[in-house]
Amino acid sequence: MTLRFIARRALWTIPVLILIAVVTFVLMHLAPGGPWDKDPGKRNVDAITLKNLERLYGLDKPAWRQFTAYMIGDFDHEGEWKFGAIGGNLGPSYRQRGMTVQDILFKAPAGKPFTESRFGYSVRLGVLALFLAMIVGIPSGVIAALKQNTWIDYLVTLITNIGVSVPNFVMGIFLVILFAVQLKLVPVAPRTWTDPRVWVIPSFVLAFGTMAYTARLMRSSMLEVMRQDYVRTARAKGLSETRVVTIHMLKNALIPVVTILGPALAGLLVGSFVIESMFAFPGIGREFVQSISNRDYSMIMGTTLIYAVLIVAANLSVDVVYGLLDPRIKIK
Amino acid sequence: MSTVDYAVTELSAEEQILARPVRSLWTDAMARLKRNHLAIVGLIMILFFLVISFAAPLIAPHPPLKVYRGMSQLPPVFAKVSESGVKADPRFFFGTDSIGRDVLSRVIYGGRASMLVGIIPVTVILIIGTTIGLISGYAGGWVDNLLMRLTDVVYAFPDLLFYILLMITLRETYFGRMLGGMLLLFLALAVVSWVGVARLVRSEVLAIKEKGFIEAARSVGASNSRIILRHILPNTLSPLIVWAAFSIPRMIIVEAVLGYIGIGLRLETNDNAFFISSWGGLMSTGQASITSQPWVLLTPSICVALVVLSFTFIGDGLRDAFDPRMR
Repeated sequence: MTLRFIARRALWTIPVLILIAVVTFVLMHLAPGGPWDKDPGKRNVDAITLKNLERLYGLDKPAWRQFTAYMIGDFDHEGEWKFGAIGGNLGPSYRQRGMTVQDILFKAPAGKPFTESRFGYSVRLGVLALFLAMIVGIPSGVIAALKQNTWIDYLVTLITNIGVSVPNFVMGIFLVILFAVQLKLVPVAPRTWTDPRVWVIPSFVLAFGTMAYTARLMRSSMLEVMRQDYVRTARAKGLSETRVVTIHMLKNALIPVVTILGPALAGLLVGSFVIESMFAFPGIGREFVQSISNRDYSMIMGTTLIYAVLIVAANLSVDVVYGLLDPRIKIK
Repeated sequence: MSTVDYAVTELSAEEQILARPVRSLWTDAMARLKRNHLAIVGLIMILFFLVISFAAPLIAPHPPLKVYRGMSQLPPVFAKVSESGVKADPRFFFGTDSIGRDVLSRVIYGGRASMLVGIIPVTVILIIGTTIGLISGYAGGWVDNLLMRLTDVVYAFPDLLFYILLMITLRETYFGRMLGGMLLLFLALAVVSWVGVARLVRSEVLAIKEKGFIEAARSVGASNSRIILRHILPNTLSPLIVWAAFSIPRMIIVEAVLGYIGIGLRLETNDNAFFISSWGGLMSTGQASITSQPWVLLTPSICVALVVLSFTFIGDGLRDAFDPRMR
């Protein structure tokens, strides 16, 4: 039963991903101007060169063929089969010549581990932010619930309300101006990211919204658990307060927080592009924003697909986790 | 004699009950909203921002596009002296930007774009989404099925990515240039958000459809359109109002994010145009000079934060007012 539910839910992501790819591709095609129109060097590409370039990149083919070539694969101009996105090939970057999109995003500099790639940097930042959000969010939610209607509770509620409603990047702007510009604790755009200290502010800024959300979720979940009969029973048995709180309350109250871990990480990865540009962080988010201003269409499409896969996977994980935890939820 | 007078002036118990003012759901909700201080503060803030942005020419101390030569990079009045030792000028309350334009005036004018981006798409989305939701929920069958599949797909589409894609690819087209890119942004917002409203209305309709008063209306021969418009629609309004209060700030945030990464509204450069600046656009220029003139970035950011918070307060207040059990 559960397996069938998971399988069905997973299969449903396929049309969604295809639709996302189609919409992205159609929009890219509607955009006026070809990839070489906005050449930074303003080189005049003559007709023959243009034709050769188009042949090289497969742009002389009809639109649907370009789409299948991008997604699945096609024979290139030398008659050789090349896989598309499903084979991990996101095509050549239009701006950074001689580089493919997947190389730029996933390949670390020579001799460095994968974590030094752009994607690796973003994942490290995202994981660090998630960790911060949890170690700050969970305890503050628990304390607020245990001290309900005291000043601690009101303070936590106020901060979480602000953190949840004020968008991440606006909060980021405030924190950057406070910590980097005014207090000068960290440089606004650090030269290297080898020093662990420079990671603190960007990950804190990125984590702030999730932190507030976690605290709020933890508080309401704790409040609900505190009123349960089994908590009263545990107290009546004469268990120590610490034992009641940790074993009986926390263990159950943590369930909703656990279910948001996956989507929270995906959200942090996808939502980091503003924070990454703000700190000149060498991750895929900054690459995405740069490709937007450079109109590097293949890069935009590649990054969008990666982000879309992350989000769809995160949504799938929520549904699956909820489906496993709550047998009442069934897919039609 | 006096006893008779007494009987005339005093109302009977029955009359007293009748004389009590009628309290509908709406007056009840309004009474509860008025007691919510945060919501009232939010309401006042929004009114304040609406007034200053639409009466911008009367309120702004300087023309927003005017370049004051030799007055560039002035710090705000409360900072007195900037990092580079430039003294503040009391005529420029929030200082000036890197080419000498008054930050305060630009922010005041920028409020127009943000306010409209919040209000107009939400209104359009409400109309479209409610209509489709009413039809789908009331009619059921294949219409309903189609809508549900469509909403599944649109829900799965990462919305910020969609906005970004649409803004990049279509901004150079004729449509993308209309009203300074405003129409394109409205379209992007509407395409993503109408399904949420349609789903909300549909679920309300499904619940209301089974209630006794609908059956009563049908039994006295009310037509379908009368049942939908007079009996079902009014009962879906309160969740819709709450939805609107939470959605307006979402739209404002989208404008700010897009503007910030440089693909927002295209603003007009003549003094008489209506949209001369936007908060997102100002944040984008502010980011470029974040270390030397943080106030250029800070001022529009504070405005966005305040407006978003105010709407959240109003939304929370409305939600509690309409359904006190949800607290």
